[in-house]
Amino acid sequence: MKPWEALRLAAEALRTNRLRSLLTMVGVVIGVAAVVVLVAIGGGAKAEVEHEVEGLGSNIVFIVPGKFQFGTTPSLSPLRLADLRLAAQVAGGDADVTAVVDSGEQITAGQNSYFATVQGVTQNFDVVFNRPVTEGSYLTSADVTTSARVVVLGANVAATLFPDEDPVGRTATIDGVSFRVVGVAAQQGSAFGVTQDDDVDIPITEAQVLFNVGTVQSIEVKAPDPGSIGPISDRIVSGLESEYPGVQFSAVTQSQILGTIGRILSLLTLVLAAIAGISLLVGGVGVSNIMLVGVRERTREIGLRKALGARQRDVVLQFLVEAVTLTAVGGVIGIALGLGTSAAVGALSPLPTQIAWWSPALAFGVSVVVGVVFGVMPARRAGRLDPVTALRTD
Amino acid sequence: MTETRQDPTTYAIEAVDVHRVYRMDGAEVRALRGVSLGIREGEYVAITGPSGSGKSTLMHLLGALDRPSSGRLLVGGRDTAKLDDAGLARVRGSEIGFVFQSFQLLARTTARDNVALPLVYRGVGRAERRARAQEALEAVGLAHRLTHRPTQLSGGEQQRVAIARALVGRPRLVLADEPTGNLDTANGREVLATLERLNRERGVAVVIVTHDAEVAARPPRLIRMRDGLIVADGADGPDIAGSAGSAVSR
Repeated sequence: MKPWEALRLAAEALRTNRLRSLLTMVGVVIGVAAVVVLVAIGGGAKAEVEHEVEGLGSNIVFIVPGKFQFGTTPSLSPLRLADLRLAAQVAGGDADVTAVVDSGEQITAGQNSYFATVQGVTQNFDVVFNRPVTEGSYLTSADVTTSARVVVLGANVAATLFPDEDPVGRTATIDGVSFRVVGVAAQQGSAFGVTQDDDVDIPITEAQVLFNVGTVQSIEVKAPDPGSIGPISDRIVSGLESEYPGVQFSAVTQSQILGTIGRILSLLTLVLAAIAGISLLVGGVGVSNIMLVGVRERTREIGLRKALGARQRDVVLQFLVEAVTLTAVGGVIGIALGLGTSAAVGALSPLPTQIAWWSPALAFGVSVVVGVVFGVMPARRAGRLDPVTALRTD
Repeated sequence: MTETRQDPTTYAIEAVDVHRVYRMDGAEVRALRGVSLGIREGEYVAITGPSGSGKSTLMHLLGALDRPSSGRLLVGGRDTAKLDDAGLARVRGSEIGFVFQSFQLLARTTARDNVALPLVYRGVGRAERRARAQEALEAVGLAHRLTHRPTQLSGGEQQRVAIARALVGRPRLVLADEPTGNLDTANGREVLATLERLNRERGVAVVIVTHDAEVAARPPRLIRMRDGLIVADGADGPDIAGSAGSAVSR
């Protein structure tokens, strides 16, 4: 028998028992859809994180005291503003170096207020973190050296505090201290509720006074190119370690952060997809079961086909193709359902989704394999039926 | 379909000292105890006997649905005892046509596609299958029933569809197992007349297995079975009579 004849027979058999076929497919449909959706959510999360970290600016190294590890609280920083100069020196003239001190503070203007991350930064923070201003201008080196009470507002902060007017030149109050707005940063969007649009930037010198701290939390360096990230951060770390004997410093690069988060998310996606895969397995068992019922019901038909010249492998092929058609159709429906659900989740919930090209292909492949694996046993049973006995069955 | 295979000097099927032993719940059932017979190309034969006489077992062996426990069974000169399952299937598909008491048509399939079914397993393309099936249906007088389903046909019509199916592969031999068993007298006669006409016109050998005396009386040669042996063979050739006699004498 030619394979397409088997396909035609399979289509006919599935049409004949339409409801039964559909119900049998449900397990596969749900399994495939779940795999597609979960992979889409995992992929979306990963893409979002990558986008977020890349949004910080490229080739950035974070110099922090202590040994950097995810999940540990940062050590108390011994870094002072003066170390910035040292870092800039050893980094070389091509690198931009900045430092951050930040704190969550209420910022008010008239009746409006906003809970913002107030970060004390140097005048080149906008270059390092790729934070262009749309109105006014960014902080200047004079602002930093003179501890000027000036502020650059994140887009969300500006929109809330000054809904109907140009914020530049207006006054905003942080912790009872008045600041003159000199600029508004461009809208940058959010990921996982974290956004630079909620940040306001003030000179780091003024921030130290405002927050009453003598240190800075971290030093950020933007290397001129990816190749110089390593040497530059090595030089800064060893420079700082000789400045502060006994204190360890770590250089954390963007790609390290990206890599770590990416690995965590990939693992999470894999685990979720595997759990969804269990439902595929259950669906496969259902297929096996129904195929066995089908073989029993059609014993006489099998006997007849054998009497008319069907070989064992013709009958095996017929039932195997039927099982695979069942799971493959289920797979296609599941993929459609999964893609639709992914799109709906992406549009209607805060979870980002991203369809990887390979996930529907993999899901389809897996559903075909499920059909083969769970179809083989019933098909072989059909193929082995003795025509004489089969024809006598009522 | 006007070719004939008639060649009275060769056997369509030949059984030589065929035994068939079953094991049923540990007990040995000797269904055939040394049967020899030859059916020549184009012959018309009835096999009869009481139930348990072994006539069904013999029919299964003649139809290559089963292999003998010992002895030789040659279909078109090939010994089925030496064939594997695929080989047996090929013999069934190309040398034998079956007609069953209960018609055995696929319920959801049209008359034409029912008739075309054996050709599927011979790798014949769909268009040619349908053309040949149509031809076969015309030959049994059902040209106007091509796309009817079995449930839309009378019992006699269904059995004629089954006859067309048995003939579509141009077999050497048609084996009909109680072909009139589920039919009234008029339809039964018509089915027999159809078989006889095709036997005459196409030279295909026809073997009817029946316990209906009236049906058994129609062919020129009647083989009677009892207790797994041939007890009478109204054959007209001395060699066949001889082999049948040797079977009886065992």
